Amino acid sequence: MQGDKVSVRIFGDKAFKLFIIFLSFVAVLPLFLVLGYIIKNGIASVNWQFLINLPKPVGEAGGGISNALVGTGILMLLSCVFSVPLGILAGIYLSEHRRGKLSYLTRLCVEVLQGVPSIVIGIVAYLWVVLPMRTFSAFSGGVALSIMMLPVVVRTTEETLKLVPNALREASLALGVPYHRTILKVILPAGMSGIVSGILLSLTRIAGETAPLLFTAFGSSFMNLNIFKPMSALPLLIFNYATSPYPEWHSIAWGASFVLVVFVLVLNLITKLVVRKWKTQF
Amino acid sequence: MRKKLGILTAGLVAGMMFFGFCLSQGFAKDVELIGAGATFPYPLYSKMFNAYYREFGVKVNYQSIGSGGGIRQLLNKTVDFGATDAFMSDEEIKTKDNYILHIPTCLGAVVVAYNLPGNPQIKFTPEIIADIFLGKIKKWNDPRILAVNPGVNLPGMNVMVVHRSDGSGTTFVFSDYLSKISKEWEKRVGKGKALNWPTGLGAKGNEGVSGLIKQIPGTCGYVELTYALQNNMIFGIIKNKSGNFIKPSIESVNLAAAGIKIPSHTRISITDTEAEYGYPISSFTWLIFYKEQGYAGREKRKATELVKLLWWVVHEGQRFCEPLHYAPLPKNVVEKAESIIKSVVYKGEPVFAR
Amino acid sequence: MGIDYKETTDKSLKKISSSELIFRRVLYISAFILVVLVGAVFFSLLVSSFPSLKKLGIRFLFGKTWDPVKGEFGAFSFLVGTLLTSFLALLISLPFSLSISIFLGEYFSRGFFSSFLKSAVEILAGIPSVIYGFWGLFILVPVVRAFEIKLGIMPYGVGIFTASLVLSIMIIPYSATIGREVIQLVPSELKEAAFSLGATKFEVIRKVVLPYARSGILAGILLSLGRALGETMAVTMVIGNANILPDSIFSPSNTMASVIANEFAEATETLHLSSLIEVGLLLFIVTTIVNIIGRQIVKKVSIEV
Repeated sequence: MQGDKVSVRIFGDKAFKLFIIFLSFVAVLPLFLVLGYIIKNGIASVNWQFLINLPKPVGEAGGGISNALVGTGILMLLSCVFSVPLGILAGIYLSEHRRGKLSYLTRLCVEVLQGVPSIVIGIVAYLWVVLPMRTFSAFSGGVALSIMMLPVVVRTTEETLKLVPNALREASLALGVPYHRTILKVILPAGMSGIVSGILLSLTRIAGETAPLLFTAFGSSFMNLNIFKPMSALPLLIFNYATSPYPEWHSIAWGASFVLVVFVLVLNLITKLVVRKWKTQF
Repeated sequence: MRKKLGILTAGLVAGMMFFGFCLSQGFAKDVELIGAGATFPYPLYSKMFNAYYREFGVKVNYQSIGSGGGIRQLLNKTVDFGATDAFMSDEEIKTKDNYILHIPTCLGAVVVAYNLPGNPQIKFTPEIIADIFLGKIKKWNDPRILAVNPGVNLPGMNVMVVHRSDGSGTTFVFSDYLSKISKEWEKRVGKGKALNWPTGLGAKGNEGVSGLIKQIPGTCGYVELTYALQNNMIFGIIKNKSGNFIKPSIESVNLAAAGIKIPSHTRISITDTEAEYGYPISSFTWLIFYKEQGYAGREKRKATELVKLLWWVVHEGQRFCEPLHYAPLPKNVVEKAESIIKSVVYKGEPVFAR
Repeated sequence: MGIDYKETTDKSLKKISSSELIFRRVLYISAFILVVLVGAVFFSLLVSSFPSLKKLGIRFLFGKTWDPVKGEFGAFSFLVGTLLTSFLALLISLPFSLSISIFLGEYFSRGFFSSFLKSAVEILAGIPSVIYGFWGLFILVPVVRAFEIKLGIMPYGVGIFTASLVLSIMIIPYSATIGREVIQLVPSELKEAAFSLGATKFEVIRKVVLPYARSGILAGILLSLGRALGETMAVTMVIGNANILPDSIFSPSNTMASVIANEFAEATETLHLSSLIEVGLLLFIVTTIVNIIGRQIVKKVSIEV
C-alpha cells in the first residue's frame, strides 16, 4: 500500500511536469500563428517600391507606405525630445531622494501614468494640444506618445541609478567634484546602458501605438515633414487599411504590419546588445 | 568604446538636424488644406484631391472619419473644410459670429447590400427594409420577403444587420428615408448620424460596413453605391413612392433629384423621392466651410486656395464622378453652388476672383 | 553636504554653488512636473465631463441606453462589456501564464528552453495591439464564426468571446513575467525542507511554492487585468461595436475604450462629447485603482523577501 501511494505520487509528478510544458508551449503558439501570418502575407507585399511610394487612391495599384514610415520615425523622435530629458531628470531626483513627500508622490504618479490606457492619453492630448492649436498635428501626437514614454524612462533611470554603488558617488564628492558634475559626469554615464535600454524599450512600445494617434496625428495621404500638420504613421495606416473592404489595401496592411513587427523585433535586439556590451560591471 | 560613442553622437546629431529641418518646415510657406468627414464620397474625393495635387501642387489632406467627425472638426476649427451627407440645420449653421456654408459636390445612392450564397437578386419594399433594421424580420426566408421575390431561392439563414458605429451621414440619409416610410422607425429610432440601433453589428465607416458584409454570410447593411460596386457586393432593388422597383444607378439617382426644387442654400433631402423612376434612397453630399474665412488668425492664402478648390470641385472635378458611379451635379445645382462660393469673404472682402 | 557655503568667499566656489542650486532646483522641478502632469490629466478629464456629469448624474453609470439622437447616455453596457471581456480574458490566460511562470521558475530556469520561452514571451508582449486586432479580424473571427455555426447561434464571428480570446493572448506575458519572478524568489530552504521530507516536485510546487508566491501571482494578475481593461485597438476591431448590453458571451458589444475610439472624433453635440470624455474618466479611475493595488502588492512581496 505504501508503495502504491508513492507510485501514484510519482506519476502525478511526471504528469504535472508534462502538463506544464504542454501548456507553456500552447501559450506561445499564438505568437507563431500571428508572426507566421504576418510573414506569409506581408512579405509578398514588401518590396522597394512599397517602401518608397506614397499611398494611392483606391483602385490604383502601386501604393506604398513611405509617408507612414517617415511619420512613425518623426513621431518617435518627437516623443524622445519631450520625454527623455524630463524623464531622466525626474529619475535622477528619485534615485537621489529615496524618501520624502515629493518622491513618494512622484513615484505614485509615475505608476498611475504607466497604467493609463493610451486612448485616454489621446483624449487629453486632443484637449491640450489639438484644440488650442486648432489643427491636428504630429506635434500633438508626439505629446501623447511622450506622456506614454515618460513613466518608463523615469523608472528605468531610477532603477539603474540606484544600482550604481554609493562608493562611486562618495568618492567623487570627496574629491571635491561639485554635486551636479558628480551626477552628470560620473553617476549618469555609469548607468547609461540601463537608461538607453529603457528608452529603446519604451520606443518599441510606442512605435506600435495607434489609439493616441487617432485624434492627434490624424493621418495623411501625403508625405509630410511639417510637425505642425497632420502626419501618417504605420499603426494608423494598418488600422485604416485593415478595416477597409479593399483587398489591395489589405495587402498593404499586411506588408506594413510585417515592417512594423520587424522594426520592433530589431529594436528589441539592439536593446539587448546595448545592455550586454555597454553594461559597466561593478 | 570610443568608436561606439562617436557613432552614437553622429547619429544624435543627424537626428537633431533632421528634426530641425522638420521644425523649419513648420514655418514653410506651402499651403496645405485639411479636410475631414464623410466616408460616403471618400473614393471620389480621394481621386479628386490626388488629381488636384498633381495639377496645382496644393496638398488637400482628406481623412474619412465620418460626417459627424467632419462637422465636429469644422466647428472646432481644426480643419479647413468638412464633408457631410447629413446637412446641418438652420440653427446649427449659425455659429457665434460666423456662418457655415454648404455646397453639394455630387449625388450618391445608399444601397441595401447583403451577403447570401448564390448572390440572389432581391427586391425590397420599404416596409421590409424597416422591419429588417428594426429586428422584426429575423430570417431571410421570411414569408414577406418571399412574397415580393417569387422564384428566388432564399435560404433559412438568420438576418444579421450591420450598421455604422461612427457618426455617419450615410446613417443620416438612411434613417431619414426610414423615418419617412415607417412611423414605427420614426418613433422608436428616429433619424440622425448616430442612432440607438435596435439590432446589429457596428463598423467604422462605409469601409468597415462593406468589410463586414463581405466577410460574414447572412449580413444585411447599408452602404454607399460605390462601395458596393467596388467590392462586388449585391444590393437590393427597392420599391419607390410611385410603386416602381428601382435599381440604384447614376440614372435613377439623377432622376431622384430632377424636378425637386433645390433651395439656394442647397440643403435638402431627396430621399423617398416623388420622381416616378427615381431611386428612393438618394442623397447629395456636401462640403462645409465658414463664410467668413478670416477666423482664428487664418491666412488669406488659405481662403483663396480653399475657394479655388471648391470652384474646381464643382466644375473640372465633376469629371471624376461618373467613372466612380457617383452622379455629377445637375446644371442648376452647379449654378447655386457658384453663388455660394462667390459669397465667401475674408474679413468682409469677397475672396472669389475670376 | 559638508561644505559650508555661507562662510566661503571664494568666487569660483560661489559660482559652483549657484549652478549646484540651479541643478537641484531643476531636479526638483522635474519631479514636480510629473506630479502636476498626472493631476492635470485627471483635472482635464473631470472638467470636460462636467456637462454630462451635471445633466445625467448617476444615470450615466447605470443607464443601458446610449442614444445620441435623444441625448440619453448610459455607460452601463460599456462597463459590462469591459469587465466581461477583461475577466474572461484573465480566466482564459490564467492557466497558460501560470504554466509559463512555473516552467521558467521551477523547471527550466536556465538553458535553451528557458531562453527560448523567455524570448517568445517578450516578443508576445512587444507585438503592437493593432496587429493583434488585424490578425484577430482576419484569422480568428472566421474560426469563431465556424464555431458559432456549429453551435447554431448567430454566426457574427465578432463579439465578446473573440475579443476575450485576443485579449487573453495579449496579457499572458504580464502575469507570466511577474509570476516567474515571484516564484524564483521563494527561498530554497523552504523547498529543500519539503524535498527532504520526501515530497515530489509537484507537491513542493503545490504546497510550498505557490502558496508562498500567492500574493505576487495575484499582483501579476491584477496588472494583466489593468492592461486588459484599457486595451483599445485589438478589441475595437473584433468586438462588433454594438452599443448594447451583451446577452451572451457570443454577442457583439462594446467596451469603454472602444466606444471612445469609435465616436470621439465625431461627437458633435456637447453632451455626446462630454459623455465620451466621462467614459474616459471612468476608465482612467478604474485602471488606476487596479494598477495601484497590483503594484502595491508587488512592492510588499519584494520587500518581504
